[in-house]
Amino acid sequence: MSRIELDAEALYAGLLTGVRGLLKADGVLVGIWSGGAWLAERLQRDCGLAGEPGVISSALHRDDFSRRGLAAGAGQTKLPFEIEGRHIVLIDDVLYTGRTIRAAINELYDFGRPASVVLAVLVDRGGRELPIEAACAVARIVLPPSERIELARDAAGRFTFEIR
Amino acid sequence: MFVRRNPQLNRNDELIHLLSIEGLPAGILQHILDTAGTFLSVNDREVKKVPLLRGKSVFNLFFENSTRTRTTFEIAAKRLSADVINLDIARSSTAKGESLLDTIANLSAMHADMFVVRHSESGAPYLIARHCAPHVHVVNAGDGRHSHPTQGLLDMYTIRHYKKDFTQLTVAIVGDIVHSRVARSDIHALTTLGVPEIRAVGPKTLVPGDLKEMGVRVCHDLAEGIRGADVVITLRLQNERMSGAMLPSAGEYAKTFGLSPEKLALAKPDAIVMHPGPINRGVEIDSAVVDGAQSVILPQVTFGIAVRMAVMSIIAGNSA
Repeated sequence: MSRIELDAEALYAGLLTGVRGLLKADGVLVGIWSGGAWLAERLQRDCGLAGEPGVISSALHRDDFSRRGLAAGAGQTKLPFEIEGRHIVLIDDVLYTGRTIRAAINELYDFGRPASVVLAVLVDRGGRELPIEAACAVARIVLPPSERIELARDAAGRFTFEIR
Repeated sequence: MFVRRNPQLNRNDELIHLLSIEGLPAGILQHILDTAGTFLSVNDREVKKVPLLRGKSVFNLFFENSTRTRTTFEIAAKRLSADVINLDIARSSTAKGESLLDTIANLSAMHADMFVVRHSESGAPYLIARHCAPHVHVVNAGDGRHSHPTQGLLDMYTIRHYKKDFTQLTVAIVGDIVHSRVARSDIHALTTLGVPEIRAVGPKTLVPGDLKEMGVRVCHDLAEGIRGADVVITLRLQNERMSGAMLPSAGEYAKTFGLSPEKLALAKPDAIVMHPGPINRGVEIDSAVVDGAQSVILPQVTFGIAVRMAVMSIIAGNSA
């Protein structure tokens, strides 16, 4: 089987450019736990934004709860700012079926009504099952459903992709 | 040798019913406490509801009265978007002679997904768990003298919230230990979570010496029992104990085992005081202590909702 090599650090540089273009005047970053939250943390710094980015967990709105239950260590939503009326850039590492994004948007709405929400991801791997698209996807690849792609972060904060 | 499986766990050792804390591994207890932490923050949201149990029916079966426990289970189920049905069982079918299992069979035919059961007979929730349909989950909300696992868990959540680490603590449980399902659940949970010193404090009639077998230190003197403690859990003194020749009088009990500010001063300066409620002010605990700075009795109630949400959502997500 052919292996796809993804340089996560090079993709991150593309994401930073994309997110700068998407951020509105009083816009905020919200990363989806866990990979998206790591990205948002670094983007917050590199975009010169004050404070912490938001972190959102999709766990409480997942549509496969009855089959998979509640996972241990699923992360917690932390939004250190008001959502109401804000322009939000939602960050994730990989966009696949769109179900995680749907759950994350539902979670976001439990805190208020944003003015707008756009999505920025490192990788769009195709295979959508819902009408959800990214405003910024640095790489677009096609992976068979049997393969999993996951962002990892080392102790120095550098990103790598693992495809299994 | 034939080893009987823990009826609370499925083949993958996941929790499908909560019947007792005894026999549950520390990992499951920690998972429940961590999940409760997530749910605690749901109370701060504009929408105080999550959809995990949407479309599920939770039946509150209280064969024995309890306003607080029933209400917190009801709130917890509603915050998870479940439909909640409260049955005043004591005054309905049972009074007409229907057996427990017939009641359960009938409610199952109404498509129940979860039973929250309180019963004066120890073991009743086990009986229900053994006979209900495989997709139905059972939560023990207190059975006889046996167990009150969600109270035990909310007590652990409270202790972890204020004290962080269980492995350095001295916990004193004061009062009617022998009749208390709360004490039994607390002792099992504290032991599992690695608390090095658990003291059972009270008169000989209510704290017999053989409690030592549960791994606790028995103290018949209040001062000795709470000296240096990080956590003091006071138990409700049930009125019926007065008539059973177990105690001379409420006044006498208050004098020797009631938690007063002077007695509490013997514990660590940052010790917390807990009570499962309802409180008999001036009997097992002084008003000054209930309303004092070290009391965490009301936070216990708030944490109780989050803990019950955690238990219900975890068991509902696992299949038999």
